[in-house]
Amino acid sequence: MASETIQLGTPPRRRNRFLGFMARLVKDKPLGTFGLAVVLVMLVMALFAESLSPYPHDDVSLIDRMKAPSWQHPMGTDHVGRDMLSRVIYGARVSLIVGITATALNISVAVLVGGTSGYLGGKFDLGIQRFVDAYIAFPGLLLLLTLMSIVGQGLLQIILVLGISGGLGGSRVLRGAVIAIKENDYVLAAHAIGSERWRTFIRHVLPNVVPIIIIGFSITIGGVIISEASISFLGFGLPREIPTWGGLLSQEGRQFMEIAPWLAFWPGACLTLVIYCLNMFGDAMRDLLDPRLRGAGN
Amino acid sequence: MRAYIIRRLILVVPTLFILSTIVFLTVRFVPGDAIDAMVNSSDYLALDLDRETLLKQLGLDVPMYVQYGRWMQDMLLQGTFGESLMGDWRVEEKIVSRLPITIQLGVMAIVIAMLIALPVGIYSAVRQDTVSDYIGRTLAVIGLAAPNFWLGLLVMIFPALWWGWSPPLEMVPFTEDPLASMYGTLIPSLILGTGMAAGTMRLTRTMMLEVLRQDYIRTAWSKGLRERVVIIRHATKNALIPVITGIGLDLPLLVGGSVIMENIFNLPGLGQLALQALLDRDYPVVSGVNMFFGAAVIFINLIIDLIYPYLDPRVRFR
Repeated sequence: MASETIQLGTPPRRRNRFLGFMARLVKDKPLGTFGLAVVLVMLVMALFAESLSPYPHDDVSLIDRMKAPSWQHPMGTDHVGRDMLSRVIYGARVSLIVGITATALNISVAVLVGGTSGYLGGKFDLGIQRFVDAYIAFPGLLLLLTLMSIVGQGLLQIILVLGISGGLGGSRVLRGAVIAIKENDYVLAAHAIGSERWRTFIRHVLPNVVPIIIIGFSITIGGVIISEASISFLGFGLPREIPTWGGLLSQEGRQFMEIAPWLAFWPGACLTLVIYCLNMFGDAMRDLLDPRLRGAGN
Repeated sequence: MRAYIIRRLILVVPTLFILSTIVFLTVRFVPGDAIDAMVNSSDYLALDLDRETLLKQLGLDVPMYVQYGRWMQDMLLQGTFGESLMGDWRVEEKIVSRLPITIQLGVMAIVIAMLIALPVGIYSAVRQDTVSDYIGRTLAVIGLAAPNFWLGLLVMIFPALWWGWSPPLEMVPFTEDPLASMYGTLIPSLILGTGMAAGTMRLTRTMMLEVLRQDYIRTAWSKGLRERVVIIRHATKNALIPVITGIGLDLPLLVGGSVIMENIFNLPGLGQLALQALLDRDYPVVSGVNMFFGAAVIFINLIIDLIYPYLDPRVRFR
């Protein structure tokens, strides 16, 4: 990778922590690096979908209806002759936009809820945790579908629903981490010299949660993308005009899949590949950033 | 021990209460336009609905705390979730009639998941870092990545194309013909089960690795016990305790999976009822099914926690 050569060429004192981390990733975690590389390719696909896709995603051509994969249409065409490759490329855009923003929101909610609950402790913690208990017991997909049917279909809606409701579930991990950190001597020392409660939280506790936040992000994002796809698959996600991987597999296309089986294959294959790569990358991040968890859950 | 049971039972009460509040509030946040949509859709459904009667029927014409009180009262004292907006039937009756298929699907999925996950996970741990361990782990990671709705679609389409075989689309009740009925839910529960097996296998492997490093296992080896005895009688017994908790925690995922599977394979279970109710905006049914599933998950986890002390004596004396 290019970053590695730059890092080797620079004198040690200018060693960048990020580049150093990347070098370790490449050296120790080949699968994680592969995962990151594929995700980056998908990200480029998502960003430059307009120039990369051979046809506009909504270009209807009735002569080309349900064409099997060929050189003109590597993934075939759907029931109104739209090019599947182009639609899959545009689908990457939705998956990644939703994946990244909803996960960011998810982790922020988790930090806010889990962090304050663990830090303040006492009755506040007890109350919040009963709420989280009830929330975790709730079948996630059903709750997501219920919320989506209330707020309506749309990009912003799905991001908010996935972000907020996922964050409540994920707050447990952060609560645990904060509880462990607040017992450390340096936090007690900060209290002892009269540091304000919130100042201590922000200056001394939060920075130590950052590795867990990064791990949480890379582990959560795959699940968020699957949730978005499942919701769109069931028809509660994004409006039909926007191609999404889940949506491409949903009701509208399903009736034609027996005649045009390629319609069923590619969106799901891309989804599986991205989730696999994100999981590999997430596992690698966890191993590198948190030695205590190394190998856990392998 | 008694203190543990009592504490665990007491904790259920606030959790159930909060659950009911969440279920109640999600439906009550229905914006006005959804109610308008129901009024509009009532035209072609030939239901004579206007705004006022609809609000009254939904119980939205009184303040929210009264609504909540009524709903709880109905549920606790009369055991009813109310009536559907779409027809003349009670929500809980429909839930009871749809339940067997979902339970059948869930139980088969869990059994399949365990049949795969436990042997593979244990074997993978015992033969750590060998080729078979590596293959097992790779399959688990792929199993975690493939979305179940995609696998469901592939099974619906490709075997039909290649071999002219397709999964049965008529559901036979279990009481009529158990075998035919289980055949009907076999494919969807295989898909759900393999997905669940991936996570459980990883957990089993991690737990086994932890236990295998402990002193009493070394003692068992040094006594000259056979491998099978050490692994099965000494190690697995302890390693599987957290796995049982893991099954409880997987239940919400399983419910979500059954919603998708019932949709793809056209199984008339609870998931399909919930999905249809959401599409119809039939809110009494939605809150009824949500409440039912939430409470079921809480109670099953309660039961798991209550049998825990019998499985793990360390909990008993804490």
